Amino acid sequence: MNKEIWIPRLLTAVSIAFVLLMLVLPLVVVLAEAFRSGLEVFLRAATDIYTLKALRLTLTATAAAVLLNTLFGLTAAWAVTRFSFRGKGVLSTLIDIPFAVSPVIAGLVFILVFGRISPLHPFLEAHNIKVVFAEPGIILATVFVTFPFVARELIPTLEARGTDEEQAAALMGAGFFTIFRKITFPHIRWALLYSVILCAARAMGEFGAVSVVSGHLRGKTNTLPLHVEILYSEYQFTAAFAVSAVLVAAAVLILTARNIVEHIAHKEDDLNVR
Amino acid sequence: MKKTTLFFRGQVRRALVLFALLPFVALSGFPVSSARAATTELTNVSYDPTRELYEQYNAAFRTYWKNKTGADVTIVQSHGGSAKQARSVIEGNAADVLTLALAYDISAVEKAGLIRKGWEKAFPANSSPYTSTMVFLVRKGNPKNLKTWGDLVQSGVGVITPNPKTSGAARWNYLAAWAWAHQKYNGDEKAVREFMSRLFRNVLVLDTGARGSTNTFVRNGQGDVLLAWENEAYLALAEHKNEFDIITPDLSILAEPPVAVVDAVVDKRGTRELATAYLNYLYSDEGQRIAGKNHYRPSNPKIAAEFANVFDLNVKLVTIHDPLFGGWEKAQTEHFNDGGTFDQIYSR
Repeated sequence: MNKEIWIPRLLTAVSIAFVLLMLVLPLVVVLAEAFRSGLEVFLRAATDIYTLKALRLTLTATAAAVLLNTLFGLTAAWAVTRFSFRGKGVLSTLIDIPFAVSPVIAGLVFILVFGRISPLHPFLEAHNIKVVFAEPGIILATVFVTFPFVARELIPTLEARGTDEEQAAALMGAGFFTIFRKITFPHIRWALLYSVILCAARAMGEFGAVSVVSGHLRGKTNTLPLHVEILYSEYQFTAAFAVSAVLVAAAVLILTARNIVEHIAHKEDDLNVR
Repeated sequence: MKKTTLFFRGQVRRALVLFALLPFVALSGFPVSSARAATTELTNVSYDPTRELYEQYNAAFRTYWKNKTGADVTIVQSHGGSAKQARSVIEGNAADVLTLALAYDISAVEKAGLIRKGWEKAFPANSSPYTSTMVFLVRKGNPKNLKTWGDLVQSGVGVITPNPKTSGAARWNYLAAWAWAHQKYNGDEKAVREFMSRLFRNVLVLDTGARGSTNTFVRNGQGDVLLAWENEAYLALAEHKNEFDIITPDLSILAEPPVAVVDAVVDKRGTRELATAYLNYLYSDEGQRIAGKNHYRPSNPKIAAEFANVFDLNVKLVTIHDPLFGGWEKAQTEHFNDGGTFDQIYSR
């Protein structure tokens, strides 16, 4: 009897201690270091021209990743759950590649494909297209590492729903886009929003792949995480932590949005059941 | 049921085509590089410890260029381990000028066909506007009493150096240690290898670049001695007053970090004149003094003399062209390529 009471308590205590030590403490340290030399130093670092340029690039890459991966995730999830076709198993395995491959390797692959040593290079050069060591490379790398988020979130949702309603609609003569708009989308919109938020969070923090394709050109190909590393390397510790704090703030915003979405989605599910 | 599946077939095809087209849609949205526009932007790809030097130098050069031509110039900086930086340029990082840690790394870019032969003589003093050497940064008061290379192999001494595979500094200090041991053991190569092996057994952390090592030693408090660029050591000293001492060993190496214009890039971008002026100005009195103030030894002896109270100008310095090493090409193959002496002594 007694055992049943203290086991859950012990487990809770262990998890809370773990969360405090591994997650909360580092965040507190980041914030404490960021404001250690006062608000003025923090603001100067946070509004420095290179920080702002890095922020702009991070936001661009995040927006591109969210947009492209939403498009891709929707099509892929739709294809995998609604149709049977040859290569379906392969497709759903391929989607997971970015989870399995180290981001550094992903970066190197882009260098090999779009860099100067690539067979594609003469073509790119002739058309004056710069991919790696420029913004497109950063965007590509970010898209790559966040590739599976939307598809992976939508596939189980769509699978759970089954295809009955869509088939009924098709029998009644509804076209592709009508079915999508009236039946599929309403079922998945919360899952979609949720996955978009996760995708954005991951995109903002990406370091490895982006570091490889960036070339670390200040004010041009530096994202916020890369900028933090540069500042840290330049002995500008307060500034490094100030920029980290900006990233932390963005993460907190994203997590808040996630909780709100989850909350609303639950409510709506309850309504649907009734 | 069957019928519905059939009905969907066309849709499958459409969805798949859309899916296949995605990467192209993505690519077409990319902005075409602005390289052709008449921007006066210059990219300087440099190595790790030159961050502060070029921050100051770039400001001075912008003023000089503005006064001379009336044009504004934006200088984009990139810093990292020297070999890694050269690699990125070979892979397509469009640097107008390279300011790296050692000639071998610029030669690698030359071999890739981006820089024309003879770049070593394109600017005065072997294209090295400033030189430096390798020193020891130790904790205040030198508690382990480390005076020269031989003291570093004692047991219980923690050594911090970057990795010779990726870092210029690491290769310079590896060769400096080698030269010292060569002199100490009268050229007995077996003894020299044994010494190097013992030295690297004392290495606690091998970072990829000089700045990473400095942070490991200075900020994270690892080790008893950091093998560092003289300029890097002075910088650490300036950042953390009264925490460290600089020890100049009795023998070290003359490090000549070279500069070069990247021909393929400047010809494409039309920035040759600007890039050449940028590197030339490093040799001006102002450029030389900025180097000196950032603890690099100015190549102009007259300006160097102004800093005689800072640098130990009497330390015995071997050069890479010493018969012991025979230039970077030979030294790189012998010591740092796969299977070289570094691999041999480090794996033991």
